[in-house]
Amino acid sequence: MSKVLFVEPEKCTGCRSCELICSFTHSGEFNPLHSCISIVAFEKNGFSFPAVCQQCSVAACVAVCPVGAISKDQNGAMIVNHSICLRCKMCTIACPFGATFYDAERDVILKCDLCGGEPQCVKNCAGGALTYREANTVNQSKRRATAAKFVGLMEEVR
Amino acid sequence: MFGWQGKLLRINLSTGSIQAEALNEEWAHQYIGARGLGTKYFVEEVDPQIDPLSPGNKLIFMTGPLTGTFAGSAGRYNVVTKGPLNGTIAASNSGGTWGPELKYAGWDGIIIEGRADKPVYINIYNDKVEIRPADELWGKTVFETTDMLKEETDEEAKVACIGPAGEKLVKFACIMNEYHRAAGRSGVGAVMGSKNLKAIVVRGTGGIKVADPDAFMQASLDARKKLREHQVTGEGLAAYGTNILVNILNEHGGLPVKNFSEAAVFPNAEKISGEYQAEKYLVRNKGCFGCPIACGRVTDIPQGQFKSRGEGPEYEATWTFGSNLYIDDFEAVCMANFLCNELGLDPITMGGTISCATELVQRGIIPRSVADLRWGDGAMLVELVRKTAYREGFGDELAEGSYRLAEKYGHPEFSMTVKKQELPAYDPRGLQGIGLNYATSNRGGCHVRGYMTSPEVLGLPERVDPDATEGKPALLKTFQDLTALCDSAGICLFTTFAIGLPEIAAQLRTATGLNISDDEYLLAGERIWNLERLFNLKAGFSKKDDTLPPRLLKDPMPGGPHKGRVVELDKMLPEYYRLRGWNEEGVPTQERLQQLGLA
Repeated sequence: MSKVLFVEPEKCTGCRSCELICSFTHSGEFNPLHSCISIVAFEKNGFSFPAVCQQCSVAACVAVCPVGAISKDQNGAMIVNHSICLRCKMCTIACPFGATFYDAERDVILKCDLCGGEPQCVKNCAGGALTYREANTVNQSKRRATAAKFVGLMEEVR
Repeated sequence: MFGWQGKLLRINLSTGSIQAEALNEEWAHQYIGARGLGTKYFVEEVDPQIDPLSPGNKLIFMTGPLTGTFAGSAGRYNVVTKGPLNGTIAASNSGGTWGPELKYAGWDGIIIEGRADKPVYINIYNDKVEIRPADELWGKTVFETTDMLKEETDEEAKVACIGPAGEKLVKFACIMNEYHRAAGRSGVGAVMGSKNLKAIVVRGTGGIKVADPDAFMQASLDARKKLREHQVTGEGLAAYGTNILVNILNEHGGLPVKNFSEAAVFPNAEKISGEYQAEKYLVRNKGCFGCPIACGRVTDIPQGQFKSRGEGPEYEATWTFGSNLYIDDFEAVCMANFLCNELGLDPITMGGTISCATELVQRGIIPRSVADLRWGDGAMLVELVRKTAYREGFGDELAEGSYRLAEKYGHPEFSMTVKKQELPAYDPRGLQGIGLNYATSNRGGCHVRGYMTSPEVLGLPERVDPDATEGKPALLKTFQDLTALCDSAGICLFTTFAIGLPEIAAQLRTATGLNISDDEYLLAGERIWNLERLFNLKAGFSKKDDTLPPRLLKDPMPGGPHKGRVVELDKMLPEYYRLRGWNEEGVPTQERLQQLGLA
């Protein structure tokens, strides 16, 4: 069974700890622009959206890459082969979520690699907005929470 | 350098000069960063007698070596200046993301000098720094200004700015960043306004390196684990924000009511509590940069005359606009707080001043023809906040703070201030240690210089008797020194519920490579405390100012669990001076200054 990095934006506190740990894990320093996950903050409204590779099954980044540098690993992560990557940045343009990044300072494409199956951002997400779980189960709690509202309702109208 | 970026920006608004300079490494080692290092630069460069609103005053924005790193809750910066509310050294602390962004732009801090001829703002994009005209921004609220500047510069830029209150030199105007976070106290926003500086916009694309990355991550992860597992930082503050304190302090008998004139028990506390807020109005929790606690609250009042939305209110604002004014309408409290954010006012002093004015009116000292103020009137509160920010009508008198107001009407004793700054949300007659903290705080009335509520009410790190005076001076000294270190490191004071000196020192050591012992790091905190004290002494403060409003020293608490008590300051202050190595007049001895490297 493959796992996915599941994002629940409504739980995100906007603290950006994910960016820090990701940046450190991949570059050894603290720089949000070295991170494969980026918090899009709507500061005035107090809403934050974690933008990160969704590891699409039919992936625009793969389709557009002229040298076939992006492929899926055993964890389901779309991995960039940096040794053949041209840094043409077409994948960053093609990604429908803007969740594939280009790090100008280090001249590399940044794309979530799921940390080899142990995503560090998930471990350090205090708000619980990021979880790493079985793909089939990701929405079950939301489904149940919504359905629960009907339990009482149905009792009343019966 | 590691942790520190090693670079300061010096901007003179009178001449338009913009210069980069190397950070003084020796000072960084002695005063760490943010509050401490900002103060060191300030006292070296500014005459303590300077008029705070004159061009000769400087305004220093300083981050700490941990700011912007993975250290627990490391999103802080400090604004250091001479404050216009009371003339003490002001170090006002804010979270959010502005401080980290400044570090990512490559700067540890900014020293602002002089005064611009016309309204300006500063735009920083890494090394590219410009002073730009701000004519169109002048008069705009914090929210409007931030919107306009993000539009004009970069949608991801971070904006620190003043609102109308700062422009109008309201003595307790604050500096706001990312719309909702505030360098709140001492009137630092008025200093910014006096310089015709509307905003500082920052965008950075660089990073921060630490000295020993693996050891630093170990220290940071350890601190974060403790923060997440602790009952206060991992549960209480996370679940209910700082407003969890409303019910706790009320039960303790320490929630001040009607300008500290009644028993510190508010019958309707439940209706302004964090629990009530969470149940009825909470949208979601909000965290400052890198903070696993996320005590911030996004709160929405969906309808009615107080329809509004924003972040907060924090416990202090809830108290100052709530029980201190005998208002039990959470919606009114919320809107008054959001207005403070939008207009750039410090809620503690705003509410304290309205509360003082209301008592003066009720006593017939201020004629009702001047201001017809009542307890428990939410609509009146909101109107007064607005008028104060724009200095309209009676708001012009409120804009000077409660001390000047009460003094003008001949009764300064009803101003609940220490060194002319309004007291926060703890009646010290129920917390003796907090009383000593208020009296000795280097910026006047303030709870976050030595948060004795922690041992006296919350029982952290261990429970002490709130009514006892024994042992309080020693405990307070440690709290004050540790707080000075914490504020200077660039991490949030709230971390100290869960972590202490060993964790803070471990993060600092591994981030900066400054390999000194835990005790030497704490000594840096004491050095900073004494540096602030020396400035205040030169500015004209003395032992006579280390006191409390007469009400708290003479009028016994009228009711509640601490009924009959006053603050027994005279039992604590001499011992406090002795432990600090100060003489009987509260002046640091030459011997102590030498030990601290200040002589």
